[in-house]
Amino acid sequence: MQKEAAIREPLILGHKTYHDVTEDVCRPIEDKAPRMWYILFGIALIIGLYGVGCIMYLLGTGVGVWGLNKTIGWAWDITNFVWWVGIGHAGTLISAVLLLFRQKWRMAINRSAEAMTIFAVFMAGLFPLIHMGRLWVGYWTLPLPNQFGSLWVNFNSPLLWDVFAISTYLSVSVVFWYIGLIPDFATIRDRAKKRVSKKMYSILSFGWSGRAKHWNRFELVSLVLAGLATPLVFSVHSIVSFDFATSVVPGWHTTIFPPYFVAGAVFSGFAMVQTLLLIMRKAMSLEAYIHTKHIEYMNIVIMVTGSIVGTAYITELFISWYSGVEYEAYAFLNRATGPYWWAYWAMMTCNVISPQLMWFRKLRRSLMFTFFISIIVNIGMWFERYVIIVTSLHRDYIPAAWSMHYPSHIDIGVYIGTIGLFFVFFLLFARYFPVLALNEIKTILKGSGQSYKESPEYHKHH
Amino acid sequence: MFDDDEVLKDGAKKLVSKGVRINEVFSPFPIHGIDPIIGVKQTRLGIMAFLYGLTGLTVATIGMRYFMVVDWPMNIGGKPNFSYLQNMLAFIPISFEFTVLCAAHGMAITYLLLNKTLPGIPAQNPDPRTTDDKFVMEIRLSENPSMTEADLDVVIKKTGFIEIDKKDIK
Repeated sequence: MQKEAAIREPLILGHKTYHDVTEDVCRPIEDKAPRMWYILFGIALIIGLYGVGCIMYLLGTGVGVWGLNKTIGWAWDITNFVWWVGIGHAGTLISAVLLLFRQKWRMAINRSAEAMTIFAVFMAGLFPLIHMGRLWVGYWTLPLPNQFGSLWVNFNSPLLWDVFAISTYLSVSVVFWYIGLIPDFATIRDRAKKRVSKKMYSILSFGWSGRAKHWNRFELVSLVLAGLATPLVFSVHSIVSFDFATSVVPGWHTTIFPPYFVAGAVFSGFAMVQTLLLIMRKAMSLEAYIHTKHIEYMNIVIMVTGSIVGTAYITELFISWYSGVEYEAYAFLNRATGPYWWAYWAMMTCNVISPQLMWFRKLRRSLMFTFFISIIVNIGMWFERYVIIVTSLHRDYIPAAWSMHYPSHIDIGVYIGTIGLFFVFFLLFARYFPVLALNEIKTILKGSGQSYKESPEYHKHH
Repeated sequence: MFDDDEVLKDGAKKLVSKGVRINEVFSPFPIHGIDPIIGVKQTRLGIMAFLYGLTGLTVATIGMRYFMVVDWPMNIGGKPNFSYLQNMLAFIPISFEFTVLCAAHGMAITYLLLNKTLPGIPAQNPDPRTTDDKFVMEIRLSENPSMTEADLDVVIKKTGFIEIDKKDIK
């Protein structure tokens, strides 16, 4: 059993036993869903289906139904893509990077954060696919022997790197998540009373029995997957940023993009985790496992990554002037004072100023405030991508081609629709899956649980 | 059956020191430190992951060299298209991604096969509570030829178990 300093705040509040942990996590799955769940699920489903309808219309008609024009060939679609991929970075960061750093507080949040990651990457992957306009030829991005003049895909192109990065990230995240889920599905299976659910969970748990040798392998597989996923997280958003950074468009051609995008991704991902968990812990009464300390830790991550993002914005501004390249300088002047000034300043306020409020202990431990800021950050991060993409494109080298982008209702419908679909998936997850990593929580119960920390026995060993 | 991981571990130590072979331990979560006591060796899956990764890297390198240099040297802005080495920088991202892809999936598949945990396989834990809060130690007489049932009973009594279940296995 691992011990930690007794003065550290316990990670699990209350006097929980192993059985209590099982009960608390499994009860919401075994009970009837509350009415609120059905209401939320209904709303999310309607919005999601509207989005699917918009996508159908888009595929049937062509990408012309978006508000794009000859000057602005990328706008909402790619903004949404980068936004979702960014959100999809928190889960693997929490479970992989924090596992390598032996941060035990991750155990309360990693399962749902990973689920969020996977669903966010689903949504992200949708956008480049529909941006092709012809979804059914999506497989042309793979290096398959073909009859088109034996032409291969271009391995020099960051867009192809993206195909590999996103698909690797998605599939590895799913595997990582599922391997952790297997023992927890076994717990639900062994408790299940109804025939159908017993059968379902028995299939999902792959016949897990909890043998010592299996746990030994389980721990090593988790560790190695974490080791693999850590550079993967950093590489994925770096590669997304290469889509822009390797081009020659002023405002995109920036060498600090990879670290800046990765920090921004973690920043927005943690904000989304906060939004979801603050509701989930309340709705599923998991306050003992995800409490103020966890929220505070996540707020510190938001503060740090927010500061990195802020530094990157200011560096960009400085370099655009210091480089002496007039196009570069104009691109940034135009961002801040041109027709899209409101988007730029929305981004600056949401992403640079709001995380700095987390320096105040009172604010970062306030749940209401955290919820508010988490929404603000996600709005800000959407604007960041919008500013980078649209303001860099809308005034290019030929002033005669200058233009503005106005989203069509399909642009908006597809975006809102993915938010609906995301919540459909997340609500299903919260209903049928163990939302806390049961087997991991149990390993830290004695080291970090409140009742054990307060017992005289605990202090005896120090 | 035990209701605490520490009690089980201490019990296992006592039994092993008496020369009892423990066949298996079933637990709801990994008990740290149990493996050396009951003689479970450290898994070599890590080496497998490395080998799978190496395979992925090799395949990616050979593949990209063939696609981009041998089969169809693509002219991209007049950059050198005749040598893999000079083009390699552009191939690093995919080489890396493919290495990770192969290592992660190769290891995960090996893990599932080794454990014999696949969809549809029935569970083998002796009691449903072992995935909740109980810990089971399995001792077989056939694995302990030097002891009789009575001998075993005497040593097991001192381990602090909460339940015991005897079964005849053919």
